Amino acid sequence: MPDQPNPTHPEAPAAAPPPAKAPPSKPPAIMATTPWDGDLPRQLKEQFGDSISEASTYASQNFLVVKFDAVISIIKHLKHEANFDYLVDITAVDWPKRTQRFDLIYILYSFARNERIRIKTAVPVASRPESAVSVHATANWLEREVFDMFGIEFEGHPDLRRILLPEDWNGHPLRKDYPLLQQDQGWVQANLGIERGQ
Amino acid sequence: MPEATFLDTTELVLNMGPQHPSTHGVLRVVLKLDGEKVLGTDCVIGYLHRGVEKVAENRSWVQFNPYVDRLDYVAAVSNGLAYCLAVEKLLNVEAPPRAQAVRVILTELNRIGSHLLWLGTHALDIGAITPVFYCFREREESIKILEKYCGARLTTHAFRIGGLPAEPYDGFARDVIAFCDMFLPKVDEYEELLTNNRIWIGRLRNVGVLTAEECKQYGVTGPILRSAGVQWDIRKAMPYSGYDKYEFEIPTRTNGDTYDRYIVRIQEMRQSARILRQAAESLPEGPVMAKVSKVVKPPVGEAYVSIEAPKGELGFYVVSDGSAQPYRVRVRPPSFINLQALDRMVRGALIADVVAVIGTLDIVLGEVDR
Repeated sequence: MPDQPNPTHPEAPAAAPPPAKAPPSKPPAIMATTPWDGDLPRQLKEQFGDSISEASTYASQNFLVVKFDAVISIIKHLKHEANFDYLVDITAVDWPKRTQRFDLIYILYSFARNERIRIKTAVPVASRPESAVSVHATANWLEREVFDMFGIEFEGHPDLRRILLPEDWNGHPLRKDYPLLQQDQGWVQANLGIERGQ
Repeated sequence: MPEATFLDTTELVLNMGPQHPSTHGVLRVVLKLDGEKVLGTDCVIGYLHRGVEKVAENRSWVQFNPYVDRLDYVAAVSNGLAYCLAVEKLLNVEAPPRAQAVRVILTELNRIGSHLLWLGTHALDIGAITPVFYCFREREESIKILEKYCGARLTTHAFRIGGLPAEPYDGFARDVIAFCDMFLPKVDEYEELLTNNRIWIGRLRNVGVLTAEECKQYGVTGPILRSAGVQWDIRKAMPYSGYDKYEFEIPTRTNGDTYDRYIVRIQEMRQSARILRQAAESLPEGPVMAKVSKVVKPPVGEAYVSIEAPKGELGFYVVSDGSAQPYRVRVRPPSFINLQALDRMVRGALIADVVAVIGTLDIVLGEVDR
């Protein structure tokens, strides 16, 4: 009942803000990373300079944050010069409030070094990041899934079609502005012969 | 004199699936054929897409736990383990030793169950009827232990973030050891039926060959990678849940064909039984749950954790924004990524080999489509 006057202190304003008392052990609002020191990030920084904006460790997992036009050359370099010959996964995360809306995440593993690293890059909405298919064949379906779910189009992908959803579906469901119950009503009516799916 | 006319050599496009007994679910493969020879394939997937990654963003970390069982539903325990380990990584907690040992036992039981289901249905695809009855007979015993432990047979929801939902029942370790005693001679029985069977060898040897180099190119993991000679198993390479405490070997072969994948999986079942016995005999005492608050709120951060599931590397990439709901959960499903190599494996082969290769890939469409 915020509009009623406070009975114990009638002179107090009705919408008085609560006393600012931050809880003492509030977890930080950003990722508490530590710098990643080692030969690999040092060599990469020498080779690629400003393209690598961060080399960090979080939860004892190493990752690089790089500029998105340098991703493929870094992955290629890692494959041929540092034995990171297995592309584990490509995925994306949507941050709708950021100017560079998407994070693309490449997870790489090296059998020889028994080491796993992540490469993260921020991608603006309209841009077309380069495809990794020419370096790792497995990127084909992974990039198709990212395209299907987030609508990120990869430049130079040999066969960029939707993979899990129907080809004529509208919308990219893993974007944050796609609500849980949203569906392509037109598609559902045309193809399933029902009014709506829910 | 008119030139000799030949029969038309047109390409034939054939739909295999989505309703086809040998595709192990709703997989549709569009085959381009020249007579019986496969010129190319196109996998059409997504018939079982439920959008679990979207669901995760609308549930709490705890609520999402049972959903992961529906990915690879023949090895639900592995999915639960990978998810719990990923969230535990974010929370920076570790399950107590007793919980870890029970986790290993249930996961290995489930691996045996998954391999048995694969063996039975794969043999059925090839035309051997008997193994499927043998395999389901023993799989039932492994499921019975799961059922006694948590009440469910397939979608078990066996683990919680931080440990186990409950202390294992009285006689749990005894049941597991009895299972091992019963199971190992049965593996010899399967081998008697199949390993030196001329038809079996004829249908499998040199079919669907994938070299180690190609496996790495396509990100193929699990028994398929090991059959090509790469001795790589996440249980050994990056041990989790106390796997480093148990003695076991990583079976490998060198040809990378369908027959070698069969041998690798058979030997893996023996190794799993070996782990089961060690874990059951040395089951530590103590609590089964770490200190985790009822509302799981990991700090802002991200982590990728993967385990050796029966089909290969199963990973969860989780991102937390500090709230009680995941910001993003990405499943790295082994079946999806292994299936991509199907085209490479069957190109130039005969249409009958497609059935053998789909079988040997050991896919579960619940995990492919998510």
